[in-house]
Amino acid sequence: MSELAGTPASVPPERRGTALDVAQLPSFGFSHRSLMWWGTLGVMAIEGTVFAMVIMSYFYLRTNAADEWPLGVPVPGLLWGTLNVIILLVSGIPNHLAKKSAERYDLGTTRMWLVVCAAFAVAFVIVRLLEFTQLHCRWDSNAYGSVVWGLLGLHTLHLVTDLYDTVVLTALFFTGPLESKRFVDVSENAVYWYFVVLAWLPIYAVIYWAPRL
Amino acid sequence: MTFDAQLNSDAPFNFDPGRNQQPEDKRDGPPWGSPQALELERTWREPPGLVGWLSAVNHKSVGKRFIITAFCVFLAAGLLAAAMRLQLARPDNHLLGPDLYNQIFTLHGTAMMFLFAVPVMQAMAVYLLPLMLGTRSTAFPRMTAYAYWMYLFGALMIFAAFFLRAGPDAGWFEYVPLSGPEYTPGHRSDYWAQLISFTEVSGLLVSVDVVTTVFKLRAPGMTLARMPLFAWAMLVTAFMIIFAMPAVMTASTMLLFDRTFSFHFFNPSDGGDALLWQHLFWFFGHPEVYFIFIPALGFMSSIIATFARRPIYGHPAMVLSLIATAFFSFGLWVHHMFATSVPELGKAFFTAMSMMIAIPSAVQIFCWIVTLATGRLNIRAPLLFVLGFFFILTLGGLTGLILGSVPLDLQVHDTYFVVAHLHYVLIGGAVFPLFGAFYYWFPKITGRMLDETLGRWNFWLFFIGFNVTFYPMHHLGLRGMPRRVYTYPADMGWNTLNLVSSIGAAIIAVSVLLFIVNVLKSRRAGAPAGDNPWGAPTLEWATTSPPAWCNFAAIPVVSSREPLWQGARDATSPGHVAGLATDVREGLVTTVVDALPDHRYVYPSPSIWPFIAALATTFWFIGSFYMPTAMAWGMIPVIIALTFWFWPAQDETRKHLLLEKRA
Amino acid sequence: MNALQDVLHPAGVQAGHIAHLWWFTVALCAVVFVAILAGLSYALWRAPRADARSAPDMASMDRPESGAKRAVVTAVALSILGLLALLGASVATDRALATLPLENAVHIEVVGHQWWWQFNYDDPIPARVFSTANEMHIPVGRPVVITLQAGDVIHSFWVPNLHGKKDLIPGRITTIQLRADQAGTYRGQCAEFCGLQHAFMAFTVVAEDDAAFQRWADAQRKPAPEPTDAKARRGHDLFMSGTCMMCHPISGTTANARKAPDLTHIASRPTLAAGTLPNDPQGLAAWIRDPQKLKPGAQMPAHHVPDDELDALVAYLETLR
Repeated sequence: MSELAGTPASVPPERRGTALDVAQLPSFGFSHRSLMWWGTLGVMAIEGTVFAMVIMSYFYLRTNAADEWPLGVPVPGLLWGTLNVIILLVSGIPNHLAKKSAERYDLGTTRMWLVVCAAFAVAFVIVRLLEFTQLHCRWDSNAYGSVVWGLLGLHTLHLVTDLYDTVVLTALFFTGPLESKRFVDVSENAVYWYFVVLAWLPIYAVIYWAPRL
Repeated sequence: MTFDAQLNSDAPFNFDPGRNQQPEDKRDGPPWGSPQALELERTWREPPGLVGWLSAVNHKSVGKRFIITAFCVFLAAGLLAAAMRLQLARPDNHLLGPDLYNQIFTLHGTAMMFLFAVPVMQAMAVYLLPLMLGTRSTAFPRMTAYAYWMYLFGALMIFAAFFLRAGPDAGWFEYVPLSGPEYTPGHRSDYWAQLISFTEVSGLLVSVDVVTTVFKLRAPGMTLARMPLFAWAMLVTAFMIIFAMPAVMTASTMLLFDRTFSFHFFNPSDGGDALLWQHLFWFFGHPEVYFIFIPALGFMSSIIATFARRPIYGHPAMVLSLIATAFFSFGLWVHHMFATSVPELGKAFFTAMSMMIAIPSAVQIFCWIVTLATGRLNIRAPLLFVLGFFFILTLGGLTGLILGSVPLDLQVHDTYFVVAHLHYVLIGGAVFPLFGAFYYWFPKITGRMLDETLGRWNFWLFFIGFNVTFYPMHHLGLRGMPRRVYTYPADMGWNTLNLVSSIGAAIIAVSVLLFIVNVLKSRRAGAPAGDNPWGAPTLEWATTSPPAWCNFAAIPVVSSREPLWQGARDATSPGHVAGLATDVREGLVTTVVDALPDHRYVYPSPSIWPFIAALATTFWFIGSFYMPTAMAWGMIPVIIALTFWFWPAQDETRKHLLLEKRA
Repeated sequence: MNALQDVLHPAGVQAGHIAHLWWFTVALCAVVFVAILAGLSYALWRAPRADARSAPDMASMDRPESGAKRAVVTAVALSILGLLALLGASVATDRALATLPLENAVHIEVVGHQWWWQFNYDDPIPARVFSTANEMHIPVGRPVVITLQAGDVIHSFWVPNLHGKKDLIPGRITTIQLRADQAGTYRGQCAEFCGLQHAFMAFTVVAEDDAAFQRWADAQRKPAPEPTDAKARRGHDLFMSGTCMMCHPISGTTANARKAPDLTHIASRPTLAAGTLPNDPQGLAAWIRDPQKLKPGAQMPAHHVPDDELDALVAYLETLR
């Protein structure tokens, strides 16, 4: 390609030099090799920033509140929120196993673990509904109510999104049409679930423990 | 049944996950004119008909639509500005009442910031990046198409609201409680809040697309160190958007919830806080100025290198400056709030940051000047606009230092001095380079040159008109004229300066008109451009003008920072890539730092579902403030559309199986 | 030139500090601006001309450009020095602003409303507290501590000849300290967009010597005089029996609502409706008849009173000196 310098640019580069044949490169890659991984990472960065913004808003409102925080509302009950921490942490196991099966292209176990993951997500959503009853306030009671409902609602939105995602992917794995790169999707779905889990821990701490401090 | 067995039942051939079974004659590599290149063109072309038009995902179609739409918004918002200058041309004017005037200035600011400045820069990235990086598509073409439709529908919504006399009227930063439920009943602020949702969804998705494209789709050999400054600028911008835009999206959603569901985020009488809005807004709003400015720096570097006939001096310093600017820009937001009650220590910190951010900009300006001084200059219209940048942006940057100083800011904050400053920065820093970029890349996009003489008239009228319009505003601010007043008494000493400013606005209008004439005329009758009319160094100039649907008959292999100026030192290294499928949209994914070939990737095909999903999202966004329950059930059509969007087609999967090879 | 409302004609110590900083900063910025343009002009003058076909100069890829490097490093170093000078001057000015001596200060509470200003003059003796609207008097040479509160949305208090601005924020109380050193009449205006009539939310500041200020304050403390002539008497009765008293207070009468400007001494003020029109009998009559025509969106509704009643009302209000 040394003749390139000095050749008029109107000569397309493919007429110069030899070819780099990529036909036998793999047709997909797991983890940071895949475009989907970067896309998912970007989405997680955006959503993580949103979580951070709402958490900062919580503490800003708390710092500037004229009255004692949580503004005369009883502190939220710990039971369901804490149960959800446990469910979420345990749900990391089937997600990890789904990811590992996918990376082995093992269709049977991938299907099985996808179903288990979805079941965990459903359990989580059900307990989440009970959590809302333990906030002891409404979103329109005062700014404290607004921000805890906002935080819990925002996390629930992500939860439901990932649940739906998992259900659609599971359905695809049972009905097809399939190709091997769908295993990458299973792997990315697990990564996104880890994000939902990790995001829950600080949000749980803020909602349930910050008012007790 | 094993997975392989199931795949085999779908596949019309003996499926072998260990080998790409694509026939040899359906692999790319041969030059233009070969059957393979012709098939590539067919594969990458948009489908025909109206449905095909709505299904378009090729980055060039989407990018072009994006650019044209953003330019139309620029014209519409510019007309609003003209109306304001007409109103302010003389004192005690009753041409526009306060209600209309307040809607006009709010929409002007909102449209210019959210619907023109940010989208047009991203649009340029969507169009140019794959060409410049030597690939055939951005990473997520359907998502980018969806982002475009969301942007278009958001723009149509807000202008429709304006014509229905429901235009937002609390200023482009919509301070609470003025924009809240108590002081702006009706739906004016709701439209504004949802416009933010539209533009953020669009802007954030394009950013994710840009980051992935820049990191993973560069031509083999284009290491990060060899990446053009334009791509660096777009990468840095995308990262900034990802971390800044969520703040305003959070704020606008809180506002919408306060207004629609009686939340109390911003209501001081129920524990809320009015300043929370300002923190969230400016945590986004200040970086926003920089993510409008930084892409323009990318235009600057591209244009200066080409027209000074040499690489930009200090390439690593330029890259570091872009990154430093991005970092610092997140530490400035409070300088919009000096007149509220900010603690003393905080003020000193934010003043220091506001001064520090001048350093990376100064480094770039000095490097460009050195590049010009040591180059050989081809002075053409694109370079003229770049030279205009030096004059205007420098002045705007210096007045920015004044605004960053707490005591001075207390005087000039919220006056016409700020109006002057922000237009010097945004028009000088972004619009002048953007016009330079239009002149520079128009030949690539259309295959025709813009007229040089008209271009020079366009530049000089714009430059003179701009200064006549905005320079007097500095003095108006010092003489006490606050911004956002619909008229003023005759005895304030503001009459002459305002009249001069309005005359300047008319000159700008003429110059923009000349640009439009130039585009319309040159699009059909301009001189044919050829592949590389400016003798430029980057890869977009290596293909035809306008670019082929597939961008390149074969993906280039890169061995230097200016691939069209300097080739490989090693004569045996490959010149181009071969072996990608010609009958599906296949691309090459490379590694992040070294751009080594990693795997092949089949892009999604054209699809109507992004368009339908955007329609469904529009219904959800607008419906949710007319029918609060639609906040929940309005999501269902969106989810259905997204599912159809994701669900693979049988025949496409068969083609993919032929290409499949496991790692 | 009119210096009513002007940053660069300071009449008080705070605005004076800021004006000094202004001239220092502008001088430094002007030097930088000229230097950069000179550098650019030199570059354009020095560089030879070329066209698109000229071979690019790739020499810089092979050897370091030491002259260029020296130029850039020097320019950046000088810029940093300039920025440090600006930062130092700015912080010093900020300290000076924060350390205004406050002995013997006058305390005024300002409440911003859509779209007018309420000034409450504080006093340890409750009977000596009084309230005025859109007009503030201060003594020359004595510090003034102003407490700012918003009655509805965010406003910003700004008298450029005396000091920079300070926002009035709902749910918070902010303060600003200033001192007038030159007697005179200055204009202030709301600087934060606050809705429909943001453009007409101005007020007058009269800085006068301490004796004159005390005379003015004593006059303001007096309740409204009983009307003496029959026409004004009729105006008084109309005021007290109509809708006026539902919003406007007049001390010494039964009108004690607090929604709208205090009218106890309205006839002594220079303007009406926060700087919208001059305060004379014609202006007053036009305002009472149709405020929406003069200031669309103002909180005061139109009153379609017959001409003779309007005359009487104006006659009464004109007695409130």
